[in-house]
Amino acid sequence: MTMTNDTILEVRDLKTVFPTRTGLFKAVDGVSFELKRGKTLCVVGESGSGKSVTARSILQIVDRPGRIEGGSVLLTRADGSTTDLAKLEPRGREIRDVRGKEIAMIFQEPMSSLSPVHRIGTQIGESLRIHFGTPKHEQRERVLELLRQVEIAHPETAIDRYTFEFSGGMRQRVMIAMALACNPSVLIADEPTTALDVTTQAEILDLIKKLQQNHGMAVLFITHDMGVVAEIADEVLVMYRGKVMERGPVEQIFHAPQDAYTHRLIDSVVRLEKKAELRLARPAIPAGTAPLLDVQNLSLTFPSGLKAVDDVSLTVRPGETLGIVGESGSGKTTMGRCLLRIYDPQAGTINYRRPDGHMVDIRTADKGALKKIRSEVRMIFQDPVGSLSPRKTVGQIIAEPLKIAGMKGRELNDRVADLMQQVGLEPAWRERYPHAFSGGQRQRIGLARAIALKPRLIVADEATSALDVSLRSQMLDLMMKLQDELGLSYVFISHDMSVIRYMCDRVAVMYRGKIVEVGETDQVVNDPAHDYTRALLSAIPHPDPHNRRIHNRFRYEAGRTA
Amino acid sequence: MLRYIAKRMVFAIPTLFAVSIVAFIIIQLPPGDYLTTLMADWASQGGAVEAGTVAAMRERYGLDQPIYFQYYKWIAGILTRGDFGISFDFGKPVTELIWNRLGFSLLLSVLTLCFVWAIAIPIGILSAVRQYSISDYTATFLAFFFLAVPDFLMALSAMYVMSAWFGQSVGGLFSAEYVDAPWSLGKLIDFAQHVWLPVVVIGLGSLAALVRIMRANLLDELSKPYVTTARAKGMSEFELLLRYPVRLALNPLISTIGWILPAVISGEIIVSVVMSLPTTGPLLLRSLLAQDMYLAGSLILLISVLTIIGTLISDILLAITDPRIRLQ
Repeated sequence: MTMTNDTILEVRDLKTVFPTRTGLFKAVDGVSFELKRGKTLCVVGESGSGKSVTARSILQIVDRPGRIEGGSVLLTRADGSTTDLAKLEPRGREIRDVRGKEIAMIFQEPMSSLSPVHRIGTQIGESLRIHFGTPKHEQRERVLELLRQVEIAHPETAIDRYTFEFSGGMRQRVMIAMALACNPSVLIADEPTTALDVTTQAEILDLIKKLQQNHGMAVLFITHDMGVVAEIADEVLVMYRGKVMERGPVEQIFHAPQDAYTHRLIDSVVRLEKKAELRLARPAIPAGTAPLLDVQNLSLTFPSGLKAVDDVSLTVRPGETLGIVGESGSGKTTMGRCLLRIYDPQAGTINYRRPDGHMVDIRTADKGALKKIRSEVRMIFQDPVGSLSPRKTVGQIIAEPLKIAGMKGRELNDRVADLMQQVGLEPAWRERYPHAFSGGQRQRIGLARAIALKPRLIVADEATSALDVSLRSQMLDLMMKLQDELGLSYVFISHDMSVIRYMCDRVAVMYRGKIVEVGETDQVVNDPAHDYTRALLSAIPHPDPHNRRIHNRFRYEAGRTA
Repeated sequence: MLRYIAKRMVFAIPTLFAVSIVAFIIIQLPPGDYLTTLMADWASQGGAVEAGTVAAMRERYGLDQPIYFQYYKWIAGILTRGDFGISFDFGKPVTELIWNRLGFSLLLSVLTLCFVWAIAIPIGILSAVRQYSISDYTATFLAFFFLAVPDFLMALSAMYVMSAWFGQSVGGLFSAEYVDAPWSLGKLIDFAQHVWLPVVVIGLGSLAALVRIMRANLLDELSKPYVTTARAKGMSEFELLLRYPVRLALNPLISTIGWILPAVISGEIIVSVVMSLPTTGPLLLRSLLAQDMYLAGSLILLISVLTIIGTLISDILLAITDPRIRLQ
């Protein structure tokens, strides 16, 4: 067999453009690569790098008004015939015959990528009907077989269920079953694990690998997570602003990157693999320091009966960062909100030390006391878009808490300018609206708003999750700088272990509303005491292709009973 | 599912009760009662009535009693015997007068709803798929034009056009020879020949709202990721459109039955008066003018009941078409 026989898809100088008012926006600008049988090509890049559009261009399903302007996409079939997909009519018969049958695709958000009102069996079986005209009962047989392949429990009942009755990981399995229905020779996976927890992500990556081996598919895997790339890729394509920066075997990309951008990307990933230098240099907080926040036996049960927070106890010392790590549904966000009484916990105490030294129980505090406490304890949210009003200028947004506290006029203006400088924004930008800022800058606006009233404790709920990896470490560095300048304490909620390790002094691991382990970050990360922590740690993709480990990860069985 | 329906039905009971009270109060609101209207009528014709006679009649009709007692008597009659009281004006039981007309009203409303849906859905789809095109603008303009033209004006113009230019007999639901005839194939054909004009006239007024709702819903759905998923399966664009986004965009449309139905019914009242249709509309107008309170009250109550049933049906339909509602 020669080399060319292994190449299933060959993309040459692909150009996809979006016409805008100011001219043509080149989303994909001269991209070339090959997909080989049984091999995985990872396309990495930050948001807006054009990786998703590249994938969609192959099947000509780019959203309007985007169109392919040049280049070729050569598909080679088993019988040796080739077709240039880029030359086909996007709505025509020929390209439709390729979609789903020869090249199948799975997407990022399995909930919104599946129809909520059609049974999953119908949605999976549909490709069979479209491409082979398979009769109904045969379709059902084949769908059951597919559901078994993707390891969905009780396929006979699952087949007649709807997407919202499944968890995120199960939905992604349904997507995969759908993609496999016609035995495609190429699978395009567009960020298929980004919306999933690390342990679920590890399972889905396992599954894709296994199916790839069984079917001999070529996989084009799009992701922004370098850890995932290191775990699964054979070859890597690094994209930046629509152009290919570097292409090569996975070892080369990680250990001997040729391009400056790749270098920076790998660096920012590796930086997050260890503790921040700022924190290594800082002397430890004396063990005997009286806590700023002392939470004891906190419990919150939702009206549905779900025990979101279950007997949680933790302390935060002045100047300390306490990380709360856990998977979605572990109750970490709910717990964080209880600390500011956004939710009313039913039992326990949240003792907070006021600047004058006496303790107040936030859980039972009256309105007046709560108002004062809320100027000292602030919150930063995950979504930098949704948490800023689109109808207010940045200056107004940052000034809002100050105005509520009674500041006005010149003093207010000066303070807003100071705050913007502190978080690294030009004070001259104060008249602009949030949409004019990038994700990282918006999160800085949120941070400026949070520190406006000189708080003593900030609850940061997934503050860096929506940011690209290069921005993530910048944001964390900024938060630590402000911590040292202002003597802040943080409760840092995150599902991302690397972020926790980078900046937290201590970490509490949450699982189903309970804290299963709490301790110094180094000790929890390097020598976890609880099995769940061990499972969580071993499911995290490691950005080193020499040390692939999630396939041999430790599994926490108690978590799989539900 | 059955529990859901049962729950919806139980919720309908207090609504019906409230509607009956409001209907009764509204009829009592204008000063005077049926007898003062009657006296005024007689007086204008030159007759005079002795005060004693009026008092005696007032007592006979029970109009001298307090309003809550009158309401109690009326509602108790309906609930226990299905007796809606006597129409003063016609001197007949209300039930005798209204059932036939109510049937035509219901039929006209249902036909109108079907007509509006049948027109609005395809136009809405076209408007959304070809957003900002000539056809989108034309459809939108026409829909808003019909929304802006008052029902009665549309009814008059339609009647004029049909009779003056096409020589068709307009007004009523039947030709003269079929009005009192028993139902037959000929009568049915005659009915169909007459009924389409009021259906079109009433329906066009509600068209705009539905077209715009369909267009907006579909525009939201068209950009959803599941559409891309289906496209990536290799489905043809037309099948894709109908099977996924249109299917989902219909759900909010179904819930519009609840408020389109009252609009259709009130439109029907005006149009029926203009086109002299044998429905409840002209009867309601006459009873209100005459302060014929039991007749008017019963009509308002029954029309409201139809509306509530319409809402109930839309709730049930929605539960059938949307598993998210059914299973939660």
